[in-house]
Amino acid sequence: MRVTIISIPVRDQEQALKFYTEKLGFIKKKDAPLDGGNRWITLVSKDAQDGPELLLEPAPLHFEPCKVFQDALMDAGIPWTQFDVDSVDDEYERLVNLGVVFSIKPSIFSTVKYAVFNDTCGNNIQIVENL
Amino acid sequence: MSYYQQKINALKKSHYSNEKQIESVIGIKNYIDNNFEAKLNLDFLSHTRFISKYHLLRLFKRYYGLTPRQYLIDKRIEKSKEHLKNNMSVTETCFAVGFESLGSFSSLFKSRTGKSPSQFQKEQLSRSTSKS
Repeated sequence: MRVTIISIPVRDQEQALKFYTEKLGFIKKKDAPLDGGNRWITLVSKDAQDGPELLLEPAPLHFEPCKVFQDALMDAGIPWTQFDVDSVDDEYERLVNLGVVFSIKPSIFSTVKYAVFNDTCGNNIQIVENL
Repeated sequence: MSYYQQKINALKKSHYSNEKQIESVIGIKNYIDNNFEAKLNLDFLSHTRFISKYHLLRLFKRYYGLTPRQYLIDKRIEKSKEHLKNNMSVTETCFAVGFESLGSFSSLFKSRTGKSPSQFQKEQLSRSTSKS
């Protein structure tokens, strides 16, 4: 078995595609039409294009418990997932300049520096740098 | 303050408040990052931080979740990928990142990436030529 897909629930796939590619810098790998206007959209990291794919999943629109769970995480400030970066400070500055809203500014916890931002699609996302 | 921040702060206080210890472990990790191509000398590392070798191993594992040796191997494999992408030969890459035998480099590379170093290089190079 291999890990190839990590899914992120999103409220609007088109908006998520824009945010994750234009602001976060991921690259679209797959985009296939599914029933009811939904799409199978996956993204990869620019520097690891054969690495795991990020699936932008429209689950909250079709399965209420997913929406409830996503809302509860958002309200509690808990990140849905996290991405590694070379420098949290640099990414923070770059993303703030692009209008991204952070709930936690760069902070230190144990041997990592981290920050948390809103992905505008229903999730908190954490970025992490190993110190 | 969000529930998440409260929990993080509480955890920091209860389990990660020893800043001197954390600083030592980060120092060791940085040392490995900057000297990954050299032979890892835990005695030397522990002397520089005034802690015993075994304590150092325990601390590193506690904070990073893996031993210094595992971390070093991951670092070398990551660097070897960069060299292979830049068309360095497999043998040169092996020694450039600090492995002492081609056999152990190839088998570790394959176990970490699922491909041999030469397969990996071929795929990367064919990808870059198909792009251009």
